[in-house]
Amino acid sequence: MIPFEYRTPKNIKEVHQELKQFGTEAKLVAGGTALVIMMKQRLVRPSCLVSLRSVRGLGGIAQKDGGLRIGGLTTHREVETSSLVRRQNPLLAETYRRVATIRVRNMATVGGGLAHADPNQDPPPTLIALGASVKVTSANGSRTVPLDGFFTDYYETVLKPDEIITEIFVPRLPPNSGGAFLKFLPRTADDYATVSAAAVLTLDKARKTFTDVRIALGSVGTTPIRAREAEAILRGQPVKAEALREAAEKAKQLVDPVSDFRGSAAYKREMAGVFVRRALEAALNSLPKKSKTKPSRKPLKRRKK
Amino acid sequence: MEKKIRMRVNGKKVEVEVPTNRLLIDCLRYDLGLTGTKEGCSVGVCGACTVLMDGEMVSSCLALAVFADGHEITTVEGLAKNGELHPVQKSFIQYGGFQCGICTPGQVVAAKALLDEVPKPNEEQIKEWMMGNLCRCTGYYKIIESIQKAHQFAK
Repeated sequence: MIPFEYRTPKNIKEVHQELKQFGTEAKLVAGGTALVIMMKQRLVRPSCLVSLRSVRGLGGIAQKDGGLRIGGLTTHREVETSSLVRRQNPLLAETYRRVATIRVRNMATVGGGLAHADPNQDPPPTLIALGASVKVTSANGSRTVPLDGFFTDYYETVLKPDEIITEIFVPRLPPNSGGAFLKFLPRTADDYATVSAAAVLTLDKARKTFTDVRIALGSVGTTPIRAREAEAILRGQPVKAEALREAAEKAKQLVDPVSDFRGSAAYKREMAGVFVRRALEAALNSLPKKSKTKPSRKPLKRRKK
Repeated sequence: MEKKIRMRVNGKKVEVEVPTNRLLIDCLRYDLGLTGTKEGCSVGVCGACTVLMDGEMVSSCLALAVFADGHEITTVEGLAKNGELHPVQKSFIQYGGFQCGICTPGQVVAAKALLDEVPKPNEEQIKEWMMGNLCRCTGYYKIIESIQKAHQFAK
């Protein structure tokens, strides 16, 4: 690693000042799990690292407008283990649990992961399918960017050099919704996916028709890919296995994978179809069981010994 | 470019001046002489360099030393207390939890973090927790057994 300045601002205002001073020469660092490797390999050579690690007010998970507000500095492990996330959005907790190993999840942050924008990451497809957005701020104010549209190319996003991700917002799903994230891992459990697929769907009251569907894939293009045309096949249609197969077939046409040691482009395209279908099936199966009567509040009686 | 960092390493206060591009593992090994922590893959995959930062396991090959400023670091040298091995170390010896030994410091530090959270983990919990600690001798059965039986050595 080449030498660099290391700055430790204590609040957002100081971060903006550092970024103003160093401009594009500076890189923001939080967990460092991705950036430090890139710096070791000299793929990235910043003359200054601005650390967000001591910045106050960037962490924490809270309820907001019925959904979840997750601070940019929150670690993957915190999202995975948060009782609030697990209760309100188990798909989100489960997706973060699939990232690498606990050791990496203890360091890697939610905001840092999104800013890194590697198309092989797990959280982006799920966050896109959930309709999540990020709040970014610069010295000139803040703006909200939907994650669908946030990623522009390999390791590139719409973030400007003076902007930082301060929070992620994940809206609450309507009733009769379900979701799933599937990761195809033919090598090791901590690997990047060969193909990953997230599906989030909402059915009508009778659970006979798709009222909304969102599908996103990872590892099959230069960015996570939202399969809009596959979604369109299902929206408004009756819930039938044939429709799922048709949507999966469409998804195969929307991906643009490259051949590498995780599989050939042709194989990944085929698997994209398989995993979209399975993700849709799993999303349907994840719907909470319908009950006509309200569940009893009475605690279960303990069996006497 | 140098930076002075203050941290607590294995319970002792440490103040050290490091270049900003110093990795935590190199700071531990070369600046502090704590060579128990090993470097394997250098990209955060193998787990040989596992140390605890504020009780949570991290890859010291991916952490800059400056990240540790103001934090508490535990290495394999910090597991024994008053000359007596930590229960998990005793268990690794008793149940043959290592072969060549290069991954062992990372294994026992990771296992210690698990046992702090779950004193009697089952096999599934051990596998999920330890999946980032590779053993190229493939001594996994013995490692799992050692962790599962470590509670026998706890007082």
